[in-house]
Amino acid sequence: MGSNMAECHPVGFQWVMEARLKGATVIHVDPRFTRTSANASFHVPIRAGSDIAFLGGIIHYICERDAIFRDYVVAYTNAATILQDDFKDTEDLDGLFSGWDPEKHSYDPGSWQYKDVEMHPSAGQREAPGPSAGADRFGGHGGLLAHGDPPHRDPTLQHPRCVYQILKRHYQRYTPELVEETCGVPRALFLKVAQALVDNSGPDRTSSFVYSVGWTQHTVGVQYIRTASIIQLLLGNIGRPGGGILALRGHASIQGSTDIPTLYDILPGYIPMPHAHEHPSLDEFVGRDAARTGGWGRMKPYLVSLLKAWWGEHARPDNDFAFSYLPRISGDHSAYQSALDMLDGKVKGYFLFGENPAVGSANSRLHRMALAGLDWLVVRDLVEIESAAFWYASPEIESGELSTTDIKTEVFLLPAAAHTEKDGSFTNTQRLLQWHHAAIEPRGDARSDLWFTYHLGRIIREKLKGSAEPRDRPVLELTWDYPLKGEHGEPSAEAVLKEVNGVDAQGKPVSGFLELKDDGSTACGCWIYSGSFRDGVNQTARRKPGREQTWVAPEWGWAWPANRRLLYNRASADPQGRPWSERKRYVFWDEEKRRWTGEDVPDFTPDKAPDYDPPEGATGDAALRGTSPFVMQADGQGWLVTPAGLKDGPLPTHYEPHESPVGNPLYGQQSNPTRQLYRRALNSYNENGAAERYPFVMTTYRLTEHHTAGGMSRFLPVLCELQPEMFCEVSPELARLRGLTNGGWATISSARAAIEARVLVTERVKPLTVRGRAIHQVGLPYHWGYRGISRGDAANDLFPLALDPNVHIQEVKAATCDIRPGRRRR
Amino acid sequence: MAVVSGPPPYPDTRVAQPRPGQAVGFFTDSSICIGCKACEVACKEWNHVPTDGFNFLGSSYDNTGELGANTWRHVTFAERPAAPGGGDGQMRWLMNSDVCKHCASAACLEVCPTGALMRTEFATVVVQEDVCNGCGYCVPACPFGVIDRREEDGRAFKCTLCYDRLKGGMQPACAQACPTQSIQFGPIEELRTRARRRLEQLRQEGRKEARLYGVDGSDNEVGGLHAFFLLMDEPGVYRLPTRPATTTRDLPAMWKAAAAAAGALAAGVLLAFAGKGR
Repeated sequence: MGSNMAECHPVGFQWVMEARLKGATVIHVDPRFTRTSANASFHVPIRAGSDIAFLGGIIHYICERDAIFRDYVVAYTNAATILQDDFKDTEDLDGLFSGWDPEKHSYDPGSWQYKDVEMHPSAGQREAPGPSAGADRFGGHGGLLAHGDPPHRDPTLQHPRCVYQILKRHYQRYTPELVEETCGVPRALFLKVAQALVDNSGPDRTSSFVYSVGWTQHTVGVQYIRTASIIQLLLGNIGRPGGGILALRGHASIQGSTDIPTLYDILPGYIPMPHAHEHPSLDEFVGRDAARTGGWGRMKPYLVSLLKAWWGEHARPDNDFAFSYLPRISGDHSAYQSALDMLDGKVKGYFLFGENPAVGSANSRLHRMALAGLDWLVVRDLVEIESAAFWYASPEIESGELSTTDIKTEVFLLPAAAHTEKDGSFTNTQRLLQWHHAAIEPRGDARSDLWFTYHLGRIIREKLKGSAEPRDRPVLELTWDYPLKGEHGEPSAEAVLKEVNGVDAQGKPVSGFLELKDDGSTACGCWIYSGSFRDGVNQTARRKPGREQTWVAPEWGWAWPANRRLLYNRASADPQGRPWSERKRYVFWDEEKRRWTGEDVPDFTPDKAPDYDPPEGATGDAALRGTSPFVMQADGQGWLVTPAGLKDGPLPTHYEPHESPVGNPLYGQQSNPTRQLYRRALNSYNENGAAERYPFVMTTYRLTEHHTAGGMSRFLPVLCELQPEMFCEVSPELARLRGLTNGGWATISSARAAIEARVLVTERVKPLTVRGRAIHQVGLPYHWGYRGISRGDAANDLFPLALDPNVHIQEVKAATCDIRPGRRRR
Repeated sequence: MAVVSGPPPYPDTRVAQPRPGQAVGFFTDSSICIGCKACEVACKEWNHVPTDGFNFLGSSYDNTGELGANTWRHVTFAERPAAPGGGDGQMRWLMNSDVCKHCASAACLEVCPTGALMRTEFATVVVQEDVCNGCGYCVPACPFGVIDRREEDGRAFKCTLCYDRLKGGMQPACAQACPTQSIQFGPIEELRTRARRRLEQLRQEGRKEARLYGVDGSDNEVGGLHAFFLLMDEPGVYRLPTRPATTTRDLPAMWKAAAAAAGALAAGVLLAFAGKGR
């Protein structure tokens, strides 16, 4: 669901095809019949933006039939935990949870907590309380778990305020009838999916979900994935082979770019970024944000080792290990907020590394206008992408809204080396690091990002040399020393990996994160990658063929953490530590050796027996029972209800997309009340189910033949001839309704913009009946822009900035539009 | 330019290495084709085949149209209603990567007056670019419409089954690039066995619409194809001829008839002279 894997991940899809050859059932739930649907066992057409209703329907189906994997659910999830008495559900408040503050447009999550205890987000608070957060208590002090157990539980799951009963009530109206009415999915087809999932789960079998940006790019994106998590926990499909929820990434090493982040609100290894006003000292930061129980109880050694890796000898116990050198955040500094700040003149300079917002970001028109507000812009890319050419070639120049002579932005376009021209690692969605060696030298002036970043830092440090300004010390005291090779001084990527892996006081690579200390005797650039350079060997470069090792293939590349291929794999054994079944045997307790063993590196303290009962006052991992597989959670359990960590509620709830042609069939509350909106002229909205002007649903996607915003594909003839023009996909019914002809032109308009595209009329897009009305959907590939050898209008011009409140991801998988025959007006 | 060395790539063990004297070819299993067109791209990149032009055809996801001088692998896309009696009444989107069939009895080769078209030691059919004089006889001779002349220089081009790679002990670029092993390369006999096994498997799954195309001489008159297919519908759906025949098949008979006619004519002339002499 939310993934077109065959088209967007064709190489990975070979394994799905192999599974099918072995008899697996593959179900594709998607608004369009795609190349994935063509290769699935069957396809389920769904209205874009209604997945929570569909998945909630599955939860309802499971609960109603009592089809949960009971032993797993009672022991490994928080189903039995009893919530506070003042918690109110969306069923009680017509689409809102308790704690809603209509003035601040945010929730106080206090009432979502476990009874008589306050839970923390597992990895601390990711962001300061911004205008939409209002969750001051996230990072505050409270009754942390004395040991890993919540104080009130009912293992019979009967208590009316236990998580399981609350969950059941929350989804009681998500019936097959409601799914049909909301999603446009015929009842029989929905029931077929639900039954297939239930039949294929349990001690002997497991099912998995695959999703991509079809789930994340919504104003409720995080909750989409949460809904799947609930299903997988209820069916016992997490931490077991063949189970799980697989997030397919948009391109190579996007996983790596969150692990060692390009994100503003986290540090390497998912340590939260300190906040300017909340975190004056290391101990206050760690004390507030590290959970006292569970795996995050070890945040301090990870953070101190990170500071040592960055500031070396200058990070000392007497200066808080240079904690004050870390940059601070003061609110939302995400990409979209930054673009708005450019428009408002608050952001003066910008670096774009392999990013093309003039085509690839929602409301790309707004981004082009924003770039024109900069003083300077550095673009590093393979070719002159649209974001580097906006000042003379954009549609706004053509229309006269911008003029080259008035744009003051100084654009530096620097040629970048391709992945074949540099050493480095890719981290894929299963957390697998795979090293790639440079095959050829980059041509001309093209250089690697590593080269650019290193030498930029070197030159800045040279310019600052001798400065007495305290503000310059974090830069001057950085460890900025890597072996250089070749005529251009290319830094050694392996030396960087070694720093990321971590070293002890003697400079010897550590073998894993358990060796990291909080006394400054170890340095480590990213604790979760610790072990990737174990024994001084680049473990990520291992390429032992699968046939020469076990089926888990632990010697191919290296997976974080600790080369563990399957997270939370303690759950693959029953509470007593025995495999749930022979067929699904994976990690289990060896009573003789008194150790966990099996096919994989156990995701559990190796000698913690299944009957381990934490003593009173235990902290960190020692506070978790021998039956608590979810070791990064403070209670060691899989969270069906999330008592903390999310801004839009403890349980996923069906809200309509910000722009939707229909009203919410479930609640008076139409859309996610906490969604982030930006009301300004360049970003106007068509709200509240207004269907008159923009009656159709539009959704964006990718094609196999092109890559994201086109920088790597629209400049290559061999790819362009395969999909030479921007087009839209419509059903024969919509074509008749609007007079569109196959192969002709259409103009698609939204509250933001109008674009033109060639028309592809296809039976693969079907109108769906939603609340008694035919809902038409328009499909839009988003690859095109105004540069390259294949050019066309950018689909993202049509979409608004309406964001998920937790992660600031744009809703481009569902919005409203109109479509008319003919080219757009010029 | 310095080449940075890395560890050697692991040999692809999916197929045996081609040996001279061994007939090799393709088995293209359309039931697992995902329509990614990696074969088209890999072919063009390896063989330096120029672009066929940027033409939005409005024909499903096919924008290269057909095999030709500049398209040696071509993925067909057919949007079809549900298979009769199968597939839950759902529509189907059929994809297949078409290619030169390297016919056992190859008309293009037979009509070539310069010997530019030749049968290689791998029993494949290859145009020698430096010998081809651009006469174009091969173009109408091909029963599949595969071979064609390039507009720029008039010479004929088509799939070589990556002759250069075969000689280097490698499999063809398209087969190497195919992520799902829909395109399989190997010794013909082994591929035939594989194809029949796969058909059997699909039949057992109740996929009655599955069929083989060109795996032997039974459904064609070209003596069997060295690039054959497993199809999920009629050949026509994939724009393949239903019963392809070698266009030179009737030539011997035609020559015989022509000889007989010439003989009769000559006899008549002789008779005429003979009569005159009376």
